Amino acid sequence: MKSLAELAAIKERMKDKISLRKGEDNVRVVVGMATCGISAGARAVLNAFVEGVAENGLSDSVTVTQTGCIGMCACEPIVEIFEGNEVKTTYVKVDAEKAKKIISEHLKGGNVVKEYTAENK
Amino acid sequence: MKELSLNILDIAENSVRAMAENITVALEEDDDILMLSVRDDGCGMSKELLEKATDPFTTSRTNRRVGFGIPFLKYAAERTGGYIVIGSSPGIGTEIKALFYKKHIDYAPLGDVISTVVTLIHGSPNIDIVFSHSIKGENKRRVYLSTKDMRSVLGSVRLDEPEVLSWVREYLLGQYGGEA
Repeated sequence: MKSLAELAAIKERMKDKISLRKGEDNVRVVVGMATCGISAGARAVLNAFVEGVAENGLSDSVTVTQTGCIGMCACEPIVEIFEGNEVKTTYVKVDAEKAKKIISEHLKGGNVVKEYTAENK
Repeated sequence: MKELSLNILDIAENSVRAMAENITVALEEDDDILMLSVRDDGCGMSKELLEKATDPFTTSRTNRRVGFGIPFLKYAAERTGGYIVIGSSPGIGTEIKALFYKKHIDYAPLGDVISTVVTLIHGSPNIDIVFSHSIKGENKRRVYLSTKDMRSVLGSVRLDEPEVLSWVREYLLGQYGGEA
């Protein structure tokens, strides 16, 4: 069973990482977590991104954040990916499985998964 | 909502938007009932807004912190024969309590409450969250997590670091008696 003491070990490991990471986040994954998103399954999508980004070693360049209602409630769960200041991709009706594909093909491979985007619906 | 834990996440997000610094999510249950309390020290609601809080259709853009969240919770509780109570005071905070009768056929399962806590911490790493779940009766258990306690060990490490979040998941899983 885990205990609070283990957090001290995490703190020790994070020491070097934090100073390295500053200012390097250039990709943002934003998941809509308002009532509409949550009721459509956004919690599982968010956690799939949080865990998937870490597992794939992308934590240094990708940040996963939450936002409120994006304004297209019927298309939730919605995930927006911002790269730099200009490029935005909007994925709609995402689930945990689609999240995995977006991580491997888009975040890792650099190719937008067109079949899941808003433009394609 | 398919699970009560999703209602809890949604209600707690109201506290976040109310600029709370502390949020307490408490669950108490025995074999027959489940009592949920979500308490915050956010901006609170005026008497006028409080009266409208359970009505989804009085929502306006300037009142975005009231929407379908509270009505969904109210419906989930009332369809089991239970109820919700909201107390709020401007500048002091808000507490929402909901009672559920677990043996009613329309009782939605609590579901993945661990994911709800992880998601809440991920979304608001600077807010202090206390989560407790005490179960009486057959599966007697008490689960407790305080981000303040975590912070005292972690120092300047952010709570939304993936490693910290996966620790939260495993810590709670262990307290619930699952395999970590």
